[in-house]
Amino acid sequence: MKTLEDLKRLREKLQDETRLRHSSGTQIIIGMGTCGIAAGAREVMTAILDEIAKRNLQDVEVRQTGCIGMCEKEVLVDVVRPGEPRITYGKVKPAVVSKIIAEHVVNGRIVEELVVGKITRDR
Amino acid sequence: MHELSLHILDLVQNSLEAGANDIFLEIIEDRPKDELMLRVTDNGKGMHETLLGTVRDPFVSTRKTRKVGLGLPLIDMTARQAGGSLDIESKPGKGTVVKATYCLNHIDCPPLGKIGAALKALLVGNPGVNIRYYHQVDSQTFSLSTQEIRGILHGIPLTHPDVLLWLDGHIRENLARLYGGVK
Repeated sequence: MKTLEDLKRLREKLQDETRLRHSSGTQIIIGMGTCGIAAGAREVMTAILDEIAKRNLQDVEVRQTGCIGMCEKEVLVDVVRPGEPRITYGKVKPAVVSKIIAEHVVNGRIVEELVVGKITRDR
Repeated sequence: MHELSLHILDLVQNSLEAGANDIFLEIIEDRPKDELMLRVTDNGKGMHETLLGTVRDPFVSTRKTRKVGLGLPLIDMTARQAGGSLDIESKPGKGTVVKATYCLNHIDCPPLGKIGAALKALLVGNPGVNIRYYHQVDSQTFSLSTQEIRGILHGIPLTHPDVLLWLDGHIRENLARLYGGVK
């Protein structure tokens, strides 16, 4: 069983091994209003979390948000790399998640064919 | 929504939009009583009676981005179709309790679905929010809270890859145990 005791041991190991990087990371924001959920946001979220674990990405922050009004383009996923424009991807399916993570989150190359919005000014 | 766990995600999003930072999520499955209950209790801003009386109407919504709100009307519909009901208690400044009940054996009772994936999404995706989870199947229980997990982690984020793997296993194994799977 993966118990809370295991988590305590894991924390001790992580604290020994790594100096934690703070707030310099990339943010991934997933639309989880009724429209997003109905379009498959949970599966996209699961795929994103699996990809983070698989690629061992240590400084990515994942957040959920509500409906932003582009319901017909759900599932919407925003990627914000520090100091770069906020990119909104639309009609995201679990199958394209690994591409977005590999290209944009890891290598900084925007996946243009999936982009539905770009905000240059920092929120 | 073809799974109850998607309704749960939706209810929690409502709580978040009401400004809640403490959300208690309960799922109680009582097979001898043939009943399944979902309850989401939050400390958000709550609703006035006038709004409370209209939330089952799909053409009422508090959001500004579109004019219809389908979350609660859909839950109301699935609960009533499955021999249950939707009850909402709310007071301005006091938060909201949304409770949905279903007859487990009713042919129109949706499956709970991938509750583990929904729970993981909620826990990881809401850094500033305390989420408490209580799940009971007959006499077996599983509970967890983000406060407890963060207390152990001492600032290591839930999105740390190793923590994600732990969380995945912890949720999966405990859910399996609830349904009589793993010892």
